[in-house]
Amino acid sequence: MAGFLFRRLLNYVVLIVVATSLAYMLAAGALNPRANYEGRNPPIPPAVIDARLTELNLNDRTPMFERYLTWAGGVVRGDFGKMVTGGSVNEDLARRIGVTLRLITIGLVLGSVTGVLVGAYAAVRQYGAFDRVSTGASFFVLAIPTVVLANMLIIAAVWVNGLLPQPIVYVSGEFSAGLTGGFWARAVDRIQHLILPTISLSLGLIAIYSRYQRNMMLDVLGADFIRTAMAKGLRRRTALIKHALRTALIPAVTYFAFTFGSLLVGTTFTEKIFGWHGMGEQLVNSIYTNDVNSVAAISCFAAFAVLVASLASDVLHAVLDPRVRVG
Amino acid sequence: MSDPVLEVTGLDVTFGSGPGAVHAVRGVGYALHPGEVLGIVGESGSGKSVTSLAVMGLLPAHARVTGSVRLKGREILGAGEKRLTAFRGKTISMVFQDPLSALTPVYRVGDQIAEAVRIHQDVSRQAADRRAVELLDLVGIPNPAQRARAFPHEFSGGMRQRAVIAMAIANDPDVIICDEPTTALDVTIQAQVLEVLKTAQRETGAAIAMITHDLGVVAGFVDRVLVMYAGRPVETGPVDDIYYRPRMPYTIGLLGSVPRLDVGGRRRLVPIEGNPPSPDALPPGCPFAPRCPMVVPECDAAEPPLEPVGSGDRRAACIRAGEIEEGRTRPGEVYAPSGGGRAGRPAAPGAGAGERRLPAPRGERGTVLAVDDLIRHYPLMKGAVFKRRVGTVYAVDGIGFDIREGETLGLVGESGCGKTTTLMEILELARPQRGTITVLGRDTAAMTSRDRMAVRRDMQVVFQDPLASLDPRMTVHDILAEPLRTHGVGDPGPRVRELLLLVGLDQQHAARYPQDFSGGQRQRIGIARALALEPKLIVLDEPVSALDVSIQAGVINLLEDLKARLGLSYLFVAHDLSVVRHIADRIAVMYLGKIAEIGQVDRVYDTPMHPYTQALLSAIPLPDPEKERSRTRILLEGDLPSPAAPPSGCRFRTRCPKFRDVLSDGERERCVDEEPVIRVLDEDQGAACHYAEKIKVV
Repeated sequence: MAGFLFRRLLNYVVLIVVATSLAYMLAAGALNPRANYEGRNPPIPPAVIDARLTELNLNDRTPMFERYLTWAGGVVRGDFGKMVTGGSVNEDLARRIGVTLRLITIGLVLGSVTGVLVGAYAAVRQYGAFDRVSTGASFFVLAIPTVVLANMLIIAAVWVNGLLPQPIVYVSGEFSAGLTGGFWARAVDRIQHLILPTISLSLGLIAIYSRYQRNMMLDVLGADFIRTAMAKGLRRRTALIKHALRTALIPAVTYFAFTFGSLLVGTTFTEKIFGWHGMGEQLVNSIYTNDVNSVAAISCFAAFAVLVASLASDVLHAVLDPRVRVG
Repeated sequence: MSDPVLEVTGLDVTFGSGPGAVHAVRGVGYALHPGEVLGIVGESGSGKSVTSLAVMGLLPAHARVTGSVRLKGREILGAGEKRLTAFRGKTISMVFQDPLSALTPVYRVGDQIAEAVRIHQDVSRQAADRRAVELLDLVGIPNPAQRARAFPHEFSGGMRQRAVIAMAIANDPDVIICDEPTTALDVTIQAQVLEVLKTAQRETGAAIAMITHDLGVVAGFVDRVLVMYAGRPVETGPVDDIYYRPRMPYTIGLLGSVPRLDVGGRRRLVPIEGNPPSPDALPPGCPFAPRCPMVVPECDAAEPPLEPVGSGDRRAACIRAGEIEEGRTRPGEVYAPSGGGRAGRPAAPGAGAGERRLPAPRGERGTVLAVDDLIRHYPLMKGAVFKRRVGTVYAVDGIGFDIREGETLGLVGESGCGKTTTLMEILELARPQRGTITVLGRDTAAMTSRDRMAVRRDMQVVFQDPLASLDPRMTVHDILAEPLRTHGVGDPGPRVRELLLLVGLDQQHAARYPQDFSGGQRQRIGIARALALEPKLIVLDEPVSALDVSIQAGVINLLEDLKARLGLSYLFVAHDLSVVRHIADRIAVMYLGKIAEIGQVDRVYDTPMHPYTQALLSAIPLPDPEKERSRTRILLEGDLPSPAAPPSGCRFRTRCPKFRDVLSDGERERCVDEEPVIRVLDEDQGAACHYAEKIKVV
C-alpha cells in the first residue's frame, strides 16, 4: 500500500508541474498586464510602466521563458510572486483558501449527507410518493443554472427578511463590517451570512448525490446478501442500513472526496454572487485584471486539489471496500 | 409420529393484481417432521423457490401470500416483523442458491456469522467470534480462526457456501430450508457441500427442506419427495416410491428424461413434449394435460386435487393415477411411442431408434479435427499505474486429441480446467502458441484468411446460452439465412424452411423473434444456424446446461438424430458427465489445463483409471435412491489449485486420494517430480497417472 501511494504521489508531482507550467505560459502569453497601466489619464510614462512590470515579473518585453524561469524559481522556494496590485500572491490565496473552505465544507457535508439519505430512502420506497417528489425536485434543481438558483434564493431571502422585524439572513459578504460585540455576536453574524450560500451550494449537491445514491442503492437492494441478512433474523431496517447502505455508500464516499477537491476552485458563481472573497472569485478576478501570477498560482492549487482529492478517493475506496485492496 | 415442526397448508402466492396477476404458487402444502429431509423437486418456474421464500416471509411486499404456515404449532404467516425476526435464523434458517452473492462483500466472513449468533443469543462479541470459528471448523473450513478474518471474495464458491451453511446452523435451528444449495457449484464441490449439509443436520437434528431441480441430489439425501409443477404439488411420497413407483405422468416423464451416468449403451431419452405453462396463462383443467401422453378429455374439466394413491403416504394429482397404481398402465409404458397423446410430435422427422450404425472401425475413418500439444498461456498482470507481468496462467498446457468422422468427443472438466479455452483456440483457426490444430486436414498455422473462410463453412458452433447467442433484433429467418448469405448462397428461403423442419420447429416460426421462443426452442434455432452450411464438424459449448431436464432430453435426442442422419462429428464440451455419457463416443477429462484421461466412453465410465476421473464420477449423484444410499463417495479435498501456479509433477497430486492414502513415500516422490504423460493402458483408454488402475465407481 505504501509503495503504491508513493508511486502515485510521484506521478502527481509530475502532473502538477506540467499543468502549472502550461497554465503559466498560457496566462503569460494571453493576458496583458501592460493594459492595466495604459490609457490612464494622466498617462504614465512607459519607462515607469516597464519598471513596475519588471518588478512584478510581468514585463512582456522580457522573453517569456526568462519570466517563466524567474517565476518557477520563486515557486520552488514556495513564493508564487506578486499580484498586479503589488501584494503577495501567497498571502492573498492563503486568506482566500480559508474563506472557500468555510463555505464548501459545510455546504458539501450538508449536501452529500442529505443527498445520500434522500437517495437511499427514495430507493427503498421506489416509485413511492417520496421517490417521485425527490426525483422531480432533483431534476428541477439540476436543470437550473447556479446563477438563477442563487438569485432566486436572494429574492426569497429578501422577501422573508422584509416580513420580519430584523433581517435573519444576509445576502452578501462573509460578515458585517464594523460589527461590535463579543465572540457569540460575531459567530451568529457569520452564520447568518453563511446560510444562503450554503443552501445554494448544497441544493445542487443534494440533487446530484440523491440521484447517484438512489441508483447505487437500487443495485444493492435486490442483492442476495440482503436476503441472507434478513434470513438470519435481522430486521429489515437494520439489514438495509447495515448491509445495503454500507455497501452502496462506497461510490458516494469516493465521489465525495473528488467533489471536495474540485469545489475548492469550483464555486465561482456562488462566491461571486454572494460576495465571498474566495478562490473561485479570485480566479475570475485575476483573469479580469491580467494578474498572470495569480492565475498560475490558482491553477497550481486547482491541480493540487484535484489530484489530492482523487488520491483520497482511491484510498477511501480501498479502506471501505475490501475487494479493491491488493495484497 | 411426533408433531410436525413445520406445517404448510394451502399456500398461495400471487404477484400483482387484476388481469395481469401471476399466480406463482397455488395450494402448496407439506409437513416436515423433526429430523426429516423433504425434497422439493421441480423445473424452473414451478414455484419451488417462491414457496420457500414465502415460508420465510422474505417475499417482496407486492406479493400476496395466503394460506397457513405453522412453525412448531404457531402460525407465522402474516406475523409482524418482530415475531418474524425472532424465529428467522433461530428456529428456521435458509441456505441460498448463489453463494457468490449471498454474503455481504464488505464484512469479514467471521463477523457475518458472529452477527447471526448475536442476533439471537445474548453473548459477548468475543464469545460470538469464538462460536463463528467453531462453526467454520464444523463446516470443514481449514484454518478456521484465520479464515474467519477473510472477506467473502477471498473464499471460493464452495467455501462461501460452507460459510452460509455455518450461518444457517449458528443458532441450532429446527428447520433448514436449502434453496438449490449446490446448483452453482462443480460436482466435486457439490459432493463436499452435500456432506457438510449432512453433518449440519446430524449436529443440529434439524429438519431440512431441500429444494432442487437435480433428481440425483434428492435421491440420496431425502426421506420424502414433493414434486411441483406449475405452482402446485403434483405428487408426494417416500423417496423410493417416487423413484421406483411414480404415479403421476409428469414424475414419470421427469425421471425418464434424465440422462443416466450408470447406464451405458445409449438408452434413448424420453423428453416430455412441449413446455411448462406460463403461470399467467394456465390451461384449463390439469396444467400438465397439454404435455401429457395419457391425456383424456376429462383432464380438461377440472384441475385434479392431490389425492391419496394406493397405500401409505402417497398422493398424486392425476385422475388416472389409480390406473397406474392398479397396474393397468405401467409407468414404463406411459411415454412409449404407442402411448398416443395429442402432443405427439416427433422430435425430428425420420428420428429413428438410438442405435448407432458406424460405417467403419475408428482407425479407418478420416480425421476431422486433430489437436496436438496445444497450449494457451495468458500473462498475469498486476498494478494499476505500472502494469507488469507477475506470472502466467497456464489455461491450456499441452493437450492433444483427435475426432474421427461421425464421432462425438466429450470434453469434460470442472470450471477453470481449460475446456472453453481449448474450444476458443480451435474456433479461432489461428496459429496456436505451441502445438498444432488440424481442422479437416488443414493446419491452422498455415491458413490464409480465404482458407479460414472455407473451413468455417465446415466447422460450426453452438453456444451455451441460447438467448444471448441469438441477435434479438433479427427474425429466425434472418438468423438462419445469415450464414447462407455470408457464404454466397443465392436464395436462402428453401434452405431455411428445410432447417426449421430438420430441428423440429414449425415453418411459420421463421417470422418470429428469438424472445418469442422457449429455451429449448431457442437452442434448436442455434443448432439450425450451425447446420445451415452443412458442416462436417460442430463444436458444442455446454449446449444443454441452461435447459430444464425435460427440455434437455429433447435437444440431446435431436443432436443424436442429426448426427446419425447427416454424418456429423461433434466436439461436445460439458461439465455434466451424465449428458456426455449419453451422447459421446469418446471422452477426454481435463484437469488444470491437461487431459487426465481419454478414451472410449463406456470404458472410461465403467472402469475409470485416473484418480481424478474416479473422483469425478463418484461425486455425481445418481437419480436412484437405493444405489445412492449404498455408494461410498471418493471425496476430493479442497478446491482447484490456481492455474497460475499448478503443482509440480502431477497436477492432481494435491487433491489426489490415491496420493494421500495409498501410495508409499517413494511412490509419491515420482508424482511430485515427474509429470505423467498419457499412457494408453488398454484398447482406446489412456490416463495420465503413474499409478493408474481400473476401478469401478458408478
